[in-house]
Amino acid sequence: MILQAIFFYLFACVCIASAFMVVAARNPVHSVLFLILAFVNAAGLFVLLGAEFLAMILIVVYVGAVAVLFLFVVMMLDVDFAELRHGVLNYLPVGAAVGIILLIELLFGVIGWVIAPGLTKTITAPIASDINNTQALGLVLYTRYVYFFEAAGVILLVAMIGAIVLTLQHKPDAKRQSIAQQLARRRSSAIEVVKVKSGQGLP
Amino acid sequence: MIIGLGHYLSVGAILFTLGIFGIFLNRKNVIVILMSVELILLAVNINLVAFSAFLGDIVGQVYALIVLTVAAAEAAIGLAILVAYYRNRGSIAVEDVNLMKG
Repeated sequence: MILQAIFFYLFACVCIASAFMVVAARNPVHSVLFLILAFVNAAGLFVLLGAEFLAMILIVVYVGAVAVLFLFVVMMLDVDFAELRHGVLNYLPVGAAVGIILLIELLFGVIGWVIAPGLTKTITAPIASDINNTQALGLVLYTRYVYFFEAAGVILLVAMIGAIVLTLQHKPDAKRQSIAQQLARRRSSAIEVVKVKSGQGLP
Repeated sequence: MIIGLGHYLSVGAILFTLGIFGIFLNRKNVIVILMSVELILLAVNINLVAFSAFLGDIVGQVYALIVLTVAAAEAAIGLAILVAYYRNRGSIAVEDVNLMKG
């Protein structure tokens, strides 16, 4: 139990510190790298909570896909980020005020909550203790929540098509394959048989 | 020293606040704003998974999975819009985004 507490505080502190560095770093590349660190530590918290499948998905999807996407975009755009950083100190007071007010409100919620007495009776799908987390999640996800699952797939499909449509650009001078032209090719237009007399060569 | 639900909810609350704070702090830089939105969604996920684990109900993890999907789609679309915008205008500063103002 003490080990669990030690790891909880380790993961939570590193996660919060790197989340702070995400918003405070001067260089957006550093922000992306701190975002990766925050996600890895959040995955550690998920493992402590017993949600191993979500922890692995968090690493695969966020660190493997989303963070690398951010990194590519940050490095691809030739933007003067120092200029964008200008005037941050003007925004600091209002941002800090809103943040502190929000944090106090949320912490009041965290301190004051009680679990309603009848809540344990309304649990939809209790976590079984004899199967592992991935199995339990799959048993629920593919049966009771299959429409949610399909909707998630549709959302990802729409996102993929949208991203391709937004970023694909047709250059007029790019060399492309014209299948109709290839199929319309005949032997007569492709090769020519020339009789060459020996010793003379072609004129 | 028992780690309870309140500890995880506190972490989620602090992460959420940091995300909001980041949106206010980096008002000119769209990329950092998108990253702050990712932090907010991460805080939501921590809350969902914490309640799922402490109440013994796996549905919270199903919802966390859906939130994860939406976050990934949102990041992809947001960055694609950003790249298309940069190609047209050569800038990503938020105050330059006024083409449709009329």
